[in-house]
Amino acid sequence: MTERLADRLYGALDDVAADAGYDDPPPRMGFFTDTSVCIGCKACEVACKEWNFVPEDGMALLGSSYDNTGQLGASTWRHVKFIEQPRRVALASDRHAPGSADHGATEPGSSPPEDGDQLRWLMASDVCKHCTHAACLDVCPTGALIRTELGTVVVQEDVCNGCGYCVPACPFGVIEIREGDGRAFKCTLCYDRTRAGLQPACATACPTESIQYGPLDELRQRAAERAEVLRRQGERRVQLYGERADDGIGGAGAFFLLLDDPEVYGLPPDPVVTTRDLPKMWAYAAGAAAAVVAGVLASFARRPR
Amino acid sequence: MSATAAPPEPRSYYGRPVIKKPAWKTPDVPLYLFLGGLAGASSVLAAAADLKGYRHLTRVGRVTAGAGLLGSLAALIHDLGRPERFLNMLRVFKPTSPLSMGSWTLATFGPLAGAAAVSEITGRLSSAGRAAGLAAAALGPAMSTYTSVLIADTAVPAWHEAHRELPFVFGGSAMTAAAGAALMFAPVDEIGPAGRLALAGAALELAAMERIQRGLGLVAEPYGKGRAGWLVRAAKVLTVAGAAFAVGLRRSRTGSILAGACLLGGSVVLRFGIFDAGMDSAGDPKYTVVPQRQQRMREGTHA
Repeated sequence: MTERLADRLYGALDDVAADAGYDDPPPRMGFFTDTSVCIGCKACEVACKEWNFVPEDGMALLGSSYDNTGQLGASTWRHVKFIEQPRRVALASDRHAPGSADHGATEPGSSPPEDGDQLRWLMASDVCKHCTHAACLDVCPTGALIRTELGTVVVQEDVCNGCGYCVPACPFGVIEIREGDGRAFKCTLCYDRTRAGLQPACATACPTESIQYGPLDELRQRAAERAEVLRRQGERRVQLYGERADDGIGGAGAFFLLLDDPEVYGLPPDPVVTTRDLPKMWAYAAGAAAAVVAGVLASFARRPR
Repeated sequence: MSATAAPPEPRSYYGRPVIKKPAWKTPDVPLYLFLGGLAGASSVLAAAADLKGYRHLTRVGRVTAGAGLLGSLAALIHDLGRPERFLNMLRVFKPTSPLSMGSWTLATFGPLAGAAAVSEITGRLSSAGRAAGLAAAALGPAMSTYTSVLIADTAVPAWHEAHRELPFVFGGSAMTAAAGAALMFAPVDEIGPAGRLALAGAALELAAMERIQRGLGLVAEPYGKGRAGWLVRAAKVLTVAGAAFAVGLRRSRTGSILAGACLLGGSVVLRFGIFDAGMDSAGDPKYTVVPQRQQRMREGTHA
């Protein structure tokens, strides 16, 4: 029993929707965001806002490249990030030159930026990860956060009581309380569209297929092939993020192909669902509760005078 | 990042936090943490005093438990983004959510502790009040420590990484708070057990805090820095002073009131300090990124 509970809180899970209680659910659906072909057009941000009636959440110039959105939040469910890296980039013509087969982007710090050096511009559309083990869902005390039959994670707006527990539970800083409303909001993976067999708004709007929607198994395979192609082209730091079912969140329903380490994109390098440790926490709390009882009893050990 | 020689590439995204700071409000949530502990431990103290024949101590314990319970309920409801939806938490029973378990504990402990307090104040239905008080004491220990799981079960580094020690900090702090209330309001000839409880609670709390601050490395840093650090240090001074007064000045009414005030103050200030430390650790990406990067290196699963 306890072993089964621990399995359900952490580690790989074959069928997340079946685990949540659906009989014979459809294949798990998700996002593969291939940042190597993102052009930073923000069509995903706009399409998401339009379709989901997500309110405006501030207009400001942030001074961080072309990113004036800032971060994912209650009213930002897709967020395009822009990272400027001064480094030499091998051009396609160089790549065919003899002796330069492994010239991709040079390692960071290998040379200071100089005149003539190029700027590498990383762009990435971030989104809720729809974790296999979703901490937001685990800690929600009202049952407002649910797992859909497609394996995605959705907040039921009419059930949420705004307790805010999901906010610090999320290891990615995705879900947030909307100011002036009091409830928590995040990406629904366009549940209204996807349950009807449509693509999510962001994937539909993406002009380069940087955002791909489909059965997770198929996306994982496609992503592995794409990463291999990029590696062969000399992208030495290319990595898939969130695609492994044995990682700290049991794999993400929305995973990414990155061209540098996760923290460069503001993503946690090794996120772990906090509820992995929950059985242990309850055990420690029970021990401490016993200590309180023992302390009180010991204080009364002497008879009253 | 804190490195003096600027790294050649950003290791965070424009220095922005990776996780979101809790939306929990101050003073609501720190007070909730404090009052829940006070109420829980006071109910246990009252039951023990009842069984051992300390009439006044029983009364103080029951009334404190009832008042603490009311206060913590008010703080929790006030903190909800949609306060009118408090009852939504009673539509499910969810062991994976410490707040769900806490709500149910509160929903069971509350009426019992409340009934015991009301019976004590009005003098009516005293045997039913006594039974309610004893039943509340069965849930009191859970009340006094569950809030540590509430904050530890998050991605907030300073809280999550301290999930082994925080329950003992909270348990010890709840003991000193209950002892403090008893020292303040019970007559001098009955406060002996409260003084000893203050000592036991202070020892437990300080030892567990020490383990956090010495053992957790980088993620413990926020407990010693800035406003949070100031609060944690002030709490320790108050707790030590309160415990010392409780022993040294226990024969004087003024002395025990002073001791009680210090102990209650130490307990409440500690919760504010721990709350602030968590907020600070959520606000700086290094507390999230550095330990996770080290973990990833250890695993060696990626290049």
